[in-house]
Amino acid sequence: MSLAGSGLVLAVAVASLACLAVLALPARFRPAAAGAGAALAGAGGLVSGIAMLSGRTFTVALPGALPLSGLEFTAGRLSGYFVAVTGAVAIPAGVYAIGYARHAGTSRSACVFLPLFAVSMLLVPVSATAATLLLCWELMALTSLLLVLAEHRRRPEVAEAGRWYAVMTHLGFACILAGLMLTGGGSLAAGRHLSPALAGTVFVLALIGFGSKAGAVPLHAWLPRAHPEAPSHVSALMSAAMVNMGVYGIVRTGFGLLGGGARWWWLLVMLLGVVSSLYGILQAAVSSDLKRLLGYSTTENMGLVLTGVGAAGLFEDSGHRMLAGLALAAALLHVAGHAAFKTLLFLSAGSAAQRAGTRDLDALGGLRAGMPATTAAFGWGALAASALPPGTAFVSEWLLVQALIHGLRSGGTIGAVVLPAAVAAVALTAGLAVATFVKAFGTGFLARPRSDGAARATEAPASMLAGMGLAAAACALLALLPGIVLPALARAAGVAAGPAVTGLVTLRLSGAAGELSPLLLTLALLAVMMAAAGCLRALPGRRARRAARLWDCGSGPLTARMEYTATSFAEPLQRVFDDVLAPETDIDVTHLDEARYLVTAVQYRRMVPDRIEHRLYRPVLAAVRAWGTAGRRLAPGSVHRYLGYGFCAVTVLLIVLAVTR
Amino acid sequence: MSRLGIAGGVIQVLVVTGGAPVLTGVMRQVRARLEGRAGPGLRQPWSDLRKLLRKEPVTPAGTGELFRVAPLVLLATTVVVAGVSPFVTTASAIGPAADLFAVVALLAMGTATLALAAIDTGTAFGGMGASREMTIMALVEPTLLMSVFALSVRAGSTNLSAIVTAVVRDPARVASPAGLLAAVALILVTIAETGRLPVDNPATHLELTMVHEAMILEYAGPDLAVVELASSMRLTVFLGLLVTLFVPWGIAVTAAPLALAAGTAAFAAKVTICGAALAAGEVFMAKLRLFRVPELLGGSFLLALLAVAASVFLGAA
Repeated sequence: MSLAGSGLVLAVAVASLACLAVLALPARFRPAAAGAGAALAGAGGLVSGIAMLSGRTFTVALPGALPLSGLEFTAGRLSGYFVAVTGAVAIPAGVYAIGYARHAGTSRSACVFLPLFAVSMLLVPVSATAATLLLCWELMALTSLLLVLAEHRRRPEVAEAGRWYAVMTHLGFACILAGLMLTGGGSLAAGRHLSPALAGTVFVLALIGFGSKAGAVPLHAWLPRAHPEAPSHVSALMSAAMVNMGVYGIVRTGFGLLGGGARWWWLLVMLLGVVSSLYGILQAAVSSDLKRLLGYSTTENMGLVLTGVGAAGLFEDSGHRMLAGLALAAALLHVAGHAAFKTLLFLSAGSAAQRAGTRDLDALGGLRAGMPATTAAFGWGALAASALPPGTAFVSEWLLVQALIHGLRSGGTIGAVVLPAAVAAVALTAGLAVATFVKAFGTGFLARPRSDGAARATEAPASMLAGMGLAAAACALLALLPGIVLPALARAAGVAAGPAVTGLVTLRLSGAAGELSPLLLTLALLAVMMAAAGCLRALPGRRARRAARLWDCGSGPLTARMEYTATSFAEPLQRVFDDVLAPETDIDVTHLDEARYLVTAVQYRRMVPDRIEHRLYRPVLAAVRAWGTAGRRLAPGSVHRYLGYGFCAVTVLLIVLAVTR
Repeated sequence: MSRLGIAGGVIQVLVVTGGAPVLTGVMRQVRARLEGRAGPGLRQPWSDLRKLLRKEPVTPAGTGELFRVAPLVLLATTVVVAGVSPFVTTASAIGPAADLFAVVALLAMGTATLALAAIDTGTAFGGMGASREMTIMALVEPTLLMSVFALSVRAGSTNLSAIVTAVVRDPARVASPAGLLAAVALILVTIAETGRLPVDNPATHLELTMVHEAMILEYAGPDLAVVELASSMRLTVFLGLLVTLFVPWGIAVTAAPLALAAGTAAFAAKVTICGAALAAGEVFMAKLRLFRVPELLGGSFLLALLAVAASVFLGAA
């Protein structure tokens, strides 16, 4: 068996061993066993994924493992890419889990399922048949659900998040199942010819199923609930690796299984992407829960990825394979970049939340004094997420915008309408992302602590910092030398004939004019900063720095209550996007009994509910409830009636059999 | 990396660094004269900087490392943009960094860092300025990129050198509907990004209205000098981008000393005229309410969108 296959086999073996070890070992050693198992499985996955990307193949068929269809795994370049990204996320998350779970006092089940979750995500992309895919998909959903519920004893919200997640992931599963059944065959290999209407139905069903896993609006409702409530390393695995499986599913079904397809498919994907990115980042911009903010940012980033995937489909449909390759490479690079910075952000946010005892941005702040390393990690992640040089997302968003801009001439009339709108949406998303992450980093980690917990927070243990360090290094690599992964991406995309982007230090688009060198840009920035600092030091008559009071209007020291909070920071944006967000505000003014003009207390409450959730899900939930209430009348608890039902059912069945045979 | 590009890069950094405070002086002087005052003279900004640089460096209580590094980052982003943009010559010092998208992102990076430093002070003023600045920046970004888009359609690339070279070869393109619409959109965006009237008033310290000044309230001494220098350089760079993209006449195409001198003189003259016109316009304007600014930016976004549409549909015809 090749390196690709043995890496995965090793991952499965290590994960199984780790599960057994967790069950056998005393509580003290459980987090270490589970974390090490997940990290080693991730390493196996990373090796195997890289081998698959470089062209190694393998096929494993286990006909006896599952009745009727058996299990079958096979390698491919696209599968290899997603396996590599998942493996790379599992390593820092596993290392981090060792320290995190030890302090959180996690239960046995939360430890057992961690390696299983990691390995099930590694197996999803290499599944060769529909049955195998569905089995691994369900394993991934169930293990992640149980991990989300890990802290349910401590917080009642966890149970609600778990319910949402359980229902939505299974609805998605049902859609994927229905779609794959309609293709009428077990294999996921390309080249089946379906009628356009049937292929369209399959694609839409797959888009709903996989799109809900990717957190695309309007199927995102579970994501900002489940991701924040999970332990942070699980949040990282879900937000950085599991959502990618949705993208993989859409790309695999659209380009591979169904082999391209109609133009409206890809316009639909692009629309989903644009709406997700804008809505996700707007909700993130006004959110004051640190992990919820990161969850919404996942929706935003998956939206950007889907925009790229949709653009690739459009270009391929119009015969511009080079541009299609560029757009898909941009989308896939964003998948890897997002995986890197979202892992880093969730891990560092998890440390902050654990140490300060809250993840409310309005109660955090001032962590840079007690937790300098975590603050630096979050800052680096925030820079990577906000499409500013030298950040990770900057390169992939640059590629995405280049693909959209160069596609304008070749897209026909539809392209001339859709592509500028997409560029505008990407630009607004980029701008809002900067504001969002300035808010998250500035109010969460800088300034003065706004609560006792934040003031007393101390640095996280070494294993957690090591996890963050690994993710930060991945961010730096993807930000400065994206040329390392881009050639592999072009091959993985498999849409274009040649690489869409060439060059290691300077990225050059092939087939279109455009070049960018993130490394040179960063070096130039650093050189100027050094030179400026040197000039300042060399000033004649330079004196030592002196500490001074802040400008407090002469009224004595400023308190933390006078600071801008995350909520107040986002207020102007919330006001600008009033029509979209529809915030709810309550102001209660209590007056003195004696005098109407004197106020004793003012209570101000502001909520920004998820509007799509309110408008779309409430009616559905109400209908389901009404249906349930109506159905309850059939079951009043009388034994006689139940016996009657049984009798009627048997009679009807016999009549049907008698008539049809 | 050509000789022309490197010569241009070095000259541009020197001219922008040395000339930016003078430009600020010119603009203040124009304003003062139009308002019937004598004005402090053109050299006042440089004298202010010299005074500030000689003062004792001060660290406000409770601020961190980021607060001290932020002025340097702001300065570095501006200097890099000044160095790589084709202001004086059509070639760029670092070609792969002269992408218009990268330049816009670099300038945004400076703003974001300064906003973080403002939050880091933990004062109400700092947070307020940062919040307002970030809101404006988030709304400016779409217009900027759409204008970039409209301009790149003509040149087939978003590289600044390519765009400028295309305009130099075919000057009539500037007068196209797409070019004019993009120019107006970019002017509005420049006003918003550099904190001029009617979006922000650089001469005020009134808490109701200040944006940029609120962010830098805690800076003093050499730090303040760096921030002030970088801010005036930002203004110069934005005006420079405007004139280079739309009226690149006189720009050096060869590395001959005479051509470089002519390019430098033309750049300085164009930017000074633009700055003076901006200052003269400000005399007749009042500051907009903060929540009316999005309407202005929405208008500029619409213009940029029209510019893209015009470049596609009219360009094809």
